[in-house]
Amino acid sequence: MTTFRIKRYNPEKQPEPYYEDFQLDIPDGSTLLDCINLIKWKQDGSLTYRMSCRSAICGSCGMKVNGRAILACQRQAVSQVDKDDTVTIEPLGNMQPIKDLVVDFEPFWEKVHKVKPYLQTNEQPPEKERQQAPEQFRLIDDSSTCIMCGNCYSDCNVLEVDDNFLGPAALAKAQRFVSDSRDEKTLERVTELSEPGGIWDCTHCGECVERCPKPAEPFYRIKEIMTVALEQGVHNNNGARHALSFANSVKASGRLNENRIPVESVGIFNIKGLMDLIPIGIRMLLKRKIPPIFHKSIDDVKDVKRIFKELGQ
Amino acid sequence: MKFALFTGCVSQGATRELMVSTKKAAEGLGIEFVEMKSAACCGAGVVGEKSPMLADALNARTFAIAEKQGLDLVTICSTCQGVLKKTECNLKSDPEYMKKINHILSEGGHQYDGEKSRIKHFANILATDEGMKRLRERIKRPLTGLKVAAFYGCYVLRPSKLSDFDNPDNPTGMEDIFAALGATPVYYESRTKCCGFPIVMMNKKASLDMAGNALVDAIESGADCVVTGCPLCHLNLDSYQPEIEKLLEKKYHIPILHLPQLVALALGYSPKDLDMDKHIVSTLNVKRKLQPVG
Ligand code: SF4
Ligand code: SF4
Ligand code: FES
Repeated sequence: MTTFRIKRYNPEKQPEPYYEDFQLDIPDGSTLLDCINLIKWKQDGSLTYRMSCRSAICGSCGMKVNGRAILACQRQAVSQVDKDDTVTIEPLGNMQPIKDLVVDFEPFWEKVHKVKPYLQTNEQPPEKERQQAPEQFRLIDDSSTCIMCGNCYSDCNVLEVDDNFLGPAALAKAQRFVSDSRDEKTLERVTELSEPGGIWDCTHCGECVERCPKPAEPFYRIKEIMTVALEQGVHNNNGARHALSFANSVKASGRLNENRIPVESVGIFNIKGLMDLIPIGIRMLLKRKIPPIFHKSIDDVKDVKRIFKELGQ
Repeated sequence: MKFALFTGCVSQGATRELMVSTKKAAEGLGIEFVEMKSAACCGAGVVGEKSPMLADALNARTFAIAEKQGLDLVTICSTCQGVLKKTECNLKSDPEYMKKINHILSEGGHQYDGEKSRIKHFANILATDEGMKRLRERIKRPLTGLKVAAFYGCYVLRPSKLSDFDNPDNPTGMEDIFAALGATPVYYESRTKCCGFPIVMMNKKASLDMAGNALVDAIESGADCVVTGCPLCHLNLDSYQPEIEKLLEKKYHIPILHLPQLVALALGYSPKDLDMDKHIVSTLNVKRKLQPVG
């Protein structure tokens, strides 16, 4: 017998969520969703969750299992049993629960809409379809696979502390259009995506890559948007300045110049930003943690400069 | 045991105590590190934002240097680790791309073969049978009674496709090392979370909230100190701790050590040998708990 520890919530009956244990013998070969269905059908018909396709296509059955977001229909139940013969099931994170495992996706969809998830062109559509070469499609192939399950959104480290962040799914969707050879609003898109709450607020935690059941893997898509934003000259923000300063520093000496980076990232004309750096600067100075003023280059830095040049950087 | 040491930039600058303690830990363990003095910065994923190919070329050059030395490459930074692994994956999964990169390297006299050197984090080499054996044999001061909370640093764990560290969701590598040193590992939820450092310049509040939540979690789980495998995590958790306190309007104080510092303490080095007075947050409560070297 395996214990399914399920987080229950029904605000009509009780304001606080609670955990309820269900016992079940896992039938051979059943997915986690099969087990949850059995619990609903045989033990408690009031258990509420979303599901539809049962084959990792519709994206409905995202939930937290043992603390991480997965698609319940995509995993064998036995693979989720912990050493105490228990599976802990909770609703997705970073969204408000409505009932049991069902959460409110409204903010998620709002953010997806915010990135204008449709083709924007200046010209009238041609008589037949707008064509793409295979190598052009390859740039948006991965992001096209997103099934909007919300798993990445649930476990994103930034969304845990900042609702304003667009989040991995919306940004992966944004890349789908930023890199689309047929879209003609690339500059406008990357300009908007470079604002606070956009690409530069991603903390590189990789959690979304880990949770994504498809090749969409948002973090990598976010990086791709960053590259386009820098190419398009959208440099007037801390994230872009940071990337440019970083690359310049490696170009000059083969390594990071930690004295220059903070100043160049906030921008040398940004008085408030610079003032903000003073307390940490003083603290580091007092502990002699300020890197050497005379920044030393790596051996054979010439070769590094050559590589920069060869790649047109 | 002999390795090529990829020091990373931060261990030469803002967290110099990491380099100092890495050398001591290696000395105590009888590990020989050959510093890679001509290797460029890994780019921290940031150079790759500007140009993915540039970042890959620079890192492939680094691998070629390690291959020439005939040694596996060791990092002391989770970020370097993850970024180097990503380049390795990009190259190995695409022979055409690898050829292109090698063409760029060839003019500088470098060539990356792909099979002659492996990338390992310092924690990786300790968490092997051989590493653990060495640790156990050479401990001079078991860290009995010290409650230690691991903070892994995202890149050694995620994306797990790139990591040969253990389970990304429930790792035990660092805790196993702590236990081998005689310390008591503290398991807490935030140990696999992000410290927030990458966005401290872009969204300071979110960054410090992330760091603060992890610190509170470690403290409430009873830890005496947090140990990181990444100097960038160290910067956010240690150097910014006074600001985090202000932001979260909570008074707390928890020393943050680098993994090699903890290892070297158990090997008998003194806190002073390991520059533990260079931290922003005082390490006094760790020092107080240390037994005499026996
Ligand atoms: S990598 Fe970025 S988008 Fe993905 S989970 Fe982490 S912070 Fe969120
Ligand atoms: S990017 Fe992946 S995890 Fe996120 S919503 Fe799409 S399919 Fe789900
Ligand atoms: S039920 Fe459709 S994805 Fe699981």
